[in-house]
Amino acid sequence: MSTRKFGAPIKRNIDPRLLTGRGAFTDDINLPGVLHAAFVRSPFARARINGIDTSIAEQAEGVVAVYTCDNIGHLDIELPLLIPHPSMTKARTQRPLARGDVYYVGQTVAMVVAVDRYVAEDAAALVDVDYDPLDVELDLEQAIEDGAPLVHPTHPNNIAADFTQVSGDPEAAFAEAEHVTRIRVQVDRSTAAAMECRTVAARYDATRGELTVWDGTQAPLGVRGGLASIFGMDEDKVRVIAPDVGGGFGQKVMFPYPDELLVPHAAIQLGRPVKYIEDRRENFIGSNQERTQIHEIELFAKKTGEVIALRDNFLHDTGAFIPYGIAVAQVASTSIAGPYRIPNIHVRFRAVYTPTVPVTPYRGCGRPQACFAIERAMDQLAEELGIDRFEIRRRNLIRDEDFPYTREGLLFADGLRVKLDSGQYLKALDMARDAIGWNEFAAMQSRAADEGKSLGLGLAYYVEGTGLGPYEGGHVKIHPITGKVYVNTGLTSQGQGHDTVFAQIVSDQLGVKVEDVIVVEGDTGTFEWGVATFASRAAVVSGNAIHKTAVKVREQTIKAAANMLEADPLQVVLSDGYAEVPGTNRRVSLAAVATATNPLRYAFNSAAQAATQFASASRHDGPPLIDGQHPGLEATDYFSPECATWAYGVHAAIVEVDRETCRVDVKKYICIHDCGNMINPVIVDGQVMGGFAQGIGGALYERIEYDTDGNPTNANFVDFLIPYATEVPAIEISHLETPSPLNPLGVKGVGEAGCIAVGATLASGIEDALRPMGGAKFHKTPITPSMIFEAMAKA
Amino acid sequence: MAAAGDELRMWRNFQRRARFFRPDVGECRVKPPLFDYLVARSSDEAIRLLSDNPGAMILAGGQSLIPAMNFRLASPSALIDISRIAALKSIDIVDGNVRVGAAVKHRDLEQSDAAFAVNPLMRTALHYVAHVPIRNRGTTVGSLCHADAAAEMPMILLLSDGWVMAEGPNGQRKIPAAEFFEFHMTTTREADEMIVSATFPALPSGAGYAFAEFARRKGDYAVAAVGAILECDLDGRVAAARLAACGIASRPIRLFDVEASLVGANLSDAEIDAAGELAKEAVTAPDDANATTAYRQHLLASLTRRVIREASEKVRKG
Repeated sequence: MSTRKFGAPIKRNIDPRLLTGRGAFTDDINLPGVLHAAFVRSPFARARINGIDTSIAEQAEGVVAVYTCDNIGHLDIELPLLIPHPSMTKARTQRPLARGDVYYVGQTVAMVVAVDRYVAEDAAALVDVDYDPLDVELDLEQAIEDGAPLVHPTHPNNIAADFTQVSGDPEAAFAEAEHVTRIRVQVDRSTAAAMECRTVAARYDATRGELTVWDGTQAPLGVRGGLASIFGMDEDKVRVIAPDVGGGFGQKVMFPYPDELLVPHAAIQLGRPVKYIEDRRENFIGSNQERTQIHEIELFAKKTGEVIALRDNFLHDTGAFIPYGIAVAQVASTSIAGPYRIPNIHVRFRAVYTPTVPVTPYRGCGRPQACFAIERAMDQLAEELGIDRFEIRRRNLIRDEDFPYTREGLLFADGLRVKLDSGQYLKALDMARDAIGWNEFAAMQSRAADEGKSLGLGLAYYVEGTGLGPYEGGHVKIHPITGKVYVNTGLTSQGQGHDTVFAQIVSDQLGVKVEDVIVVEGDTGTFEWGVATFASRAAVVSGNAIHKTAVKVREQTIKAAANMLEADPLQVVLSDGYAEVPGTNRRVSLAAVATATNPLRYAFNSAAQAATQFASASRHDGPPLIDGQHPGLEATDYFSPECATWAYGVHAAIVEVDRETCRVDVKKYICIHDCGNMINPVIVDGQVMGGFAQGIGGALYERIEYDTDGNPTNANFVDFLIPYATEVPAIEISHLETPSPLNPLGVKGVGEAGCIAVGATLASGIEDALRPMGGAKFHKTPITPSMIFEAMAKA
Repeated sequence: MAAAGDELRMWRNFQRRARFFRPDVGECRVKPPLFDYLVARSSDEAIRLLSDNPGAMILAGGQSLIPAMNFRLASPSALIDISRIAALKSIDIVDGNVRVGAAVKHRDLEQSDAAFAVNPLMRTALHYVAHVPIRNRGTTVGSLCHADAAAEMPMILLLSDGWVMAEGPNGQRKIPAAEFFEFHMTTTREADEMIVSATFPALPSGAGYAFAEFARRKGDYAVAAVGAILECDLDGRVAAARLAACGIASRPIRLFDVEASLVGANLSDAEIDAAGELAKEAVTAPDDANATTAYRQHLLASLTRRVIREASEKVRKG
């Protein structure tokens, strides 16, 4: 038996192709005769449209069509509310092209289709839109005041949703508290900033009535469902392909964006393929973002530091529309107690409409905000009670024997219970304390102070509900000619390396090389059941579906091979692409087994001769395919988790704050991380590092800036500060592997882990560094040099 | 549906016409508006093309201009490419000063040992100009003409008391740095003039020098940067001081008050601290996303103290 591939640090199958420029992204799809789309977008955060004059643009040579809400027929609708929830009334969603009003700068008002993008862009500037600007309020706390300008007249005080969840008996526990800590924290808006912006191209085959859409999406099946539904087509007539996609990070799980409907619509109408490649500015002003939340969190504690209750009341900025429902706020509210027992929880949020780009999940999806709130509050409690920051956490962490730990009363974003399924929370904390050097730190800090340097230690603990349902599927087939194994699933990759980890899973069951497992995702024409890539779920949900399927194919293969080798199935071993009986010379290739299990009339090669009707091994006394049997070695199966599985980890850092420049220099950053059994540690590390880089962005650099009129003022990569490699410090990662009891592979998700705790960790460290200088608090991210200066100046 | 060739012709015509219809470029869209591309084989030809094509702009390295065009913040009628003019590609030592041609890449100047020997501030500051791939294409004179208020090289030219040579239909004129930079992205170059070279004077013999900058990210424009040139007499007292800063006002500026305070000083900690405090007065940039005014003052004071110390160290080491 070959070495187990599950758990092996195998290099990613996908890399040679991507790194040598041989990827095929939407813009690389060659569509002869393709037309190009450009959009007219609102220059106002809130305005009434008095009229749209497209006549000059339409007459321009090279322009093929100009669309407004008046000539898109059945598309002139409010787009679907993807995740309905009772906390929302009359939830507002966007129209593909604005009718009557616009609600944020960047909202699509008209679409021009022309012979190429240059003409389309120029003609878009010729569309004359007559606006009457309306008053706006950008400040989240002001927006809910009486008299504030309304984004939607239908929603008083701009409240999109108001929702309270309770676990335990918080009212009783509040009364028993001996100490109450109360802080207000704020996390600001950022954006995913994937390397490839969003893309869509469409072609319609009128003779077959078939629509093919190439879409840089995380949810090809979702897009297909949306298109079929809105266009009134059979799903089988709509094929959505997510080709190579240059990063998604949640922004691309949202659908349909206006272009995802309008581009296919134009392709159908015009009888020619149409393509739209979003540019960077459009990505900033037209594709969804996340993060702004303001939490007022209270911890009710005993003098010992044991937190007996938590109350959190937060505002969640949902932007101009709420197409994805309350998902982000709900994840934040159900993650608010972090890794702590805290048995009594009262959490309320109000989702607030603001005249800005709509808010839907971005990597982390409410978790960084929740982590920032609870972890900053824990530090504050520790300070107020005079307990060290590791110790206060130790006293509150869920203990090994407490698992599974259910927070009755809270429903997670999947509508299922919050059940922290497994973990070694205390051990992880100890590891973090040792790795960061807590015992030696006080001396180090004091030495640094003698040299005039401000050194601080920060830490934060996080949990991450991952692997949400409802389900995914897997299809596994051994190819009868080559013996290679083809694998399909319904979700798709944006560069994570699914093809490698899924191949590892299959490789172990079928005894084939990892590189001989060909994973094909993201094409609704090859597998049409499933959901999408989001919530750190691919390895958990598709991974287990593929595992279950591979086990079935293994059973089929062994049974068939045993028959061919005249052996007991228990004796047959699958290894290196063969089924063999160890200790004998009896072996047969998987290709031959796959061929033999498919009764043939025609021998297309020599191996196939053994499966034709007159071959000795073929059946001559009954139907070649027994009733209930299927040809070949192939299976399909599904995995549907009972609830999310909770990964977790601890971050700790030593930072130096330069009092002269107010720069934060991360001297050491460690991460203890547990996502259950690791399928591939290289890919897990990559996910943690990538998330960490985005976490650094949110902690210190990235903030979407709007002026008071609602104009985005840094919608480009010069002014919106994504950290470069030079700004991302080295990170030392250590792993624990506590299997999840909730799935056969014992895995948990890792996609979002890295970004969650970075803001809280660095705020903790910066606060510690500046404690001797007046004890300023850092309760807001991103933390800028100006904020550090202000904190020092107050001292 | 027209044939492909017809379509190509039609849309070109349309674009030429559309330029006159377009409302002012208030809205940013990536991808440039139509422009003509002209290659100049000599300075004379470039200047003639500039006069013949109203609204044309000089293309040297294109590292600022091309992105501005792609965002439709700039819409020149034509680009006049001077990057192939051999005469503009040389770095010459003229009368002991460094003369940098209009087509000299940042990276070539940074790596020029001859230039470093004459005025080491250039190499020191060029390390902070964007990133190597950008310095490989971007030109130093182009950066001077772009005149971003936070850019390093305009400040170094001002600090070094350098000048640019402008050439137009009526011949050449020398514009001192102090008169060249008017405002953020605005210079006193006339529309029909091309800057053919910039001259960075040699540092005074025995002078100490230093440059310090802070940017949020490595390679970004400075939140604030300061340069200093100090000369001391035999007692170690400051005989002459030049300081300049960028990122703190609408153009690079000399810190005259700081300079005056240093002359005669023996650079005690108190004197250096006082100089830093004086520097704060020079900050006129309003609050922006990267820095509040108060923070920028604090930063400028810190950087000023740092460059004074470093420059005086260099004087002492000789």
